[in-house]
Amino acid sequence: MANKVLVVAEHLDGKLNASTARTVSAAQALSPDAIDIVVLAADPSAVAAQAAQIGGVSRVLAVANPANAHALAQVLGPQVAQLAAGYSHVFGPSTTFGKDLMPVVAALLGVNQVSDLMAVEGSHTFKRPIYAGNAIITVEAPAGQAVVATVRTASWPEAAGGGNAAVEATSADVALPSHTRWIGLAAGGSDRPDLQSARRVVSGGRGVGSEENFRIVYSLADKLGAAVGASRAAVDAGYCPNEMQVGQTGKIIAPELYVAIGISGAIQHLTGIKDAGTIVAINKDPEAAIFEVADIGLVGDLFQLLPELEKALGDA
Amino acid sequence: MKILVAYKRVVDYNVRIQVKPDGSGVVTEGVKLSPNPFDEIALEEALRLRDKGIATEVVVATIAPADAQAHLRNGLAMGANRAIHVVTDQPVQPLAAARTLLRLVEKEQPDLVILGKQAIDDDANQTGQMLATLWGRPQATFASKVEVAAGKATVTREVDAGLETLEVDLPAVVTTDLRLNEPRFIKLPDIMKAKSKPLETLQLAELGVQAGAELKTTTYAPPAKRSKGVMVKDAAELVAALKQKGLL
Ligand SMILES: Cc1cc2nc3c(=O)[nH]c(=O)nc-3n(C[C@H](O)[C@H](O)[C@H](O)COP(=O)(O)OP(=O)(O)OC[C@H]3O[C@@H](n4cnc5c(N)ncnc54)[C@H](O)[C@@H]3O)c2cc1C
Ligand SMILES: Nc1ncnc2c1ncn2[C@@H]1O[C@H](COP(=O)(O)O)[C@@H](O)[C@H]1O
Repeated sequence: MANKVLVVAEHLDGKLNASTARTVSAAQALSPDAIDIVVLAADPSAVAAQAAQIGGVSRVLAVANPANAHALAQVLGPQVAQLAAGYSHVFGPSTTFGKDLMPVVAALLGVNQVSDLMAVEGSHTFKRPIYAGNAIITVEAPAGQAVVATVRTASWPEAAGGGNAAVEATSADVALPSHTRWIGLAAGGSDRPDLQSARRVVSGGRGVGSEENFRIVYSLADKLGAAVGASRAAVDAGYCPNEMQVGQTGKIIAPELYVAIGISGAIQHLTGIKDAGTIVAINKDPEAAIFEVADIGLVGDLFQLLPELEKALGDA
Repeated sequence: MKILVAYKRVVDYNVRIQVKPDGSGVVTEGVKLSPNPFDEIALEEALRLRDKGIATEVVVATIAPADAQAHLRNGLAMGANRAIHVVTDQPVQPLAAARTLLRLVEKEQPDLVILGKQAIDDDANQTGQMLATLWGRPQATFASKVEVAAGKATVTREVDAGLETLEVDLPAVVTTDLRLNEPRFIKLPDIMKAKSKPLETLQLAELGVQAGAELKTTTYAPPAKRSKGVMVKDAAELVAALKQKGLL
């Protein structure tokens, strides 16, 4: 059977999320006969135009429906499942958007999902992490059935641009539920780089001590042009909002440079930064586990070291 | 109102998982097993809704081998009214788990089903979404706040962009995130009390659940190791090291 991949686009406020181009990369690894992207929105035109520019994409299917104004999994799922007919693979990003939606598609197609796909070994053979990344398994999906997967975005680069795919208006003729109403989104609204796509990330942990003190983390990040992340302990303690959490149950990221400040290096945190290019750790405890994985370690008090570091960077 | 809680037993989150040298699996002999942390949060949320007088009955359910009775007693000691043990020797994948839970939903007719957002062994993050789909009911995943009133649940969800709020009609499926609550500790008298609470046993084979298309795991490998790097003595050396790597 020919391999054809349907990629579900993630977008917000008319902007295509970079996770979509990463998901296309994973699709390209299958060397398929075609990669199509489906955009579901109230008005998909702007996002579809952005999706059409991703290299290697054959068609962009634009599904306009007022019900698609917000990404409600039980509303989008039946549409994607219907449009999946004729595709051998249906991929979405393993962001909260894809994690919410893709299992709905899988259930409708009667298959188990390949979660957090990190490598393609064959058309139906993939690698994925389990146990917080402590084991990597090779899984085989049954032949002759659609493969539904979420793509671990940190494992894949954004596919190159320069594409010029045809945009086709499409609709899915399925009954959509009205049992779910979208009330609102409270976004952190920072003008710092996006944590999931930033080249540099500075993260603070419990060691930072308070929401107030987190200022020095933001300040270093601004100096480096970096996004800001946090450990679960820092988020739980209310030092910063939930969307900043990095790790097994937060965001899995792969920046060029990751700076961990006052973070001990619990396995659940390390899972989120395994693919970082260079890890720098600043911690007052020389025995902290973070130093086991750090490329550059500095032992000392963060309240003394961060101002010094900023100064040294200023001279740099 | 009745709440069904999916309560899975997993390798304790403090255990350092080791892949067997021959790549046939991970070492599970003799390791500590505990309730999935997200499922403890699910149970706690159900108990709080009962404490508030919104729920009247909390039922915990697990799909697991015969030796998981103690695990369910644990859920009963935490405060669940009843437990259902679906017995199977085989691990169940998310679709089979969702189909099995659907059988329990049909039998119990709960107003709310709360699951963890993911089991920390398979890290699949699928079962709750699949159950909602098969049941044809709303889903509110990754919840950090749940309010129930007048046949509806208002759920705050932890999403990549921030906090999203949904209103869903009941019955519905909710999956928990870490910040929803902090589970209570079990007290000794509750362990005694739990011994006499009802625990129903069903054989998975008798529920007529089709497993569906299963994924076959062929090999297990340890993750790529990051090697230990260098230690620097001060901020200036750190900046120099970053420059040397071409990062500044
Ligand atoms: C199911 C589950 C999922 C989880 N998911 C995640 C996840 O996604 N992400 C995550 O991060 N965690 C997660 N955790 C939590 C994880 O196990 C750890 O509890 C958490 O990562 C610890 O955060 P921390 O390193 O900031 O705090 P701590 O472990 O308390 O470490 C604080 C560090 O700061 C250092 N320090 C203190 N003061 C100073 C100072 N003045 N100067 C320099 N250093 C200082 C200390 O030496 C210490 O090493 C999860 C846990 C569970 C059970
Ligand atoms: N065998 C099982 N027994 C009880 N609950 C389960 C089982 N498998 C999955 N679940 C529930 O589904 C959630 C998500 O699991 P998963 O999709 O495997 O990550 C878990 O947190 C449990 O609440």
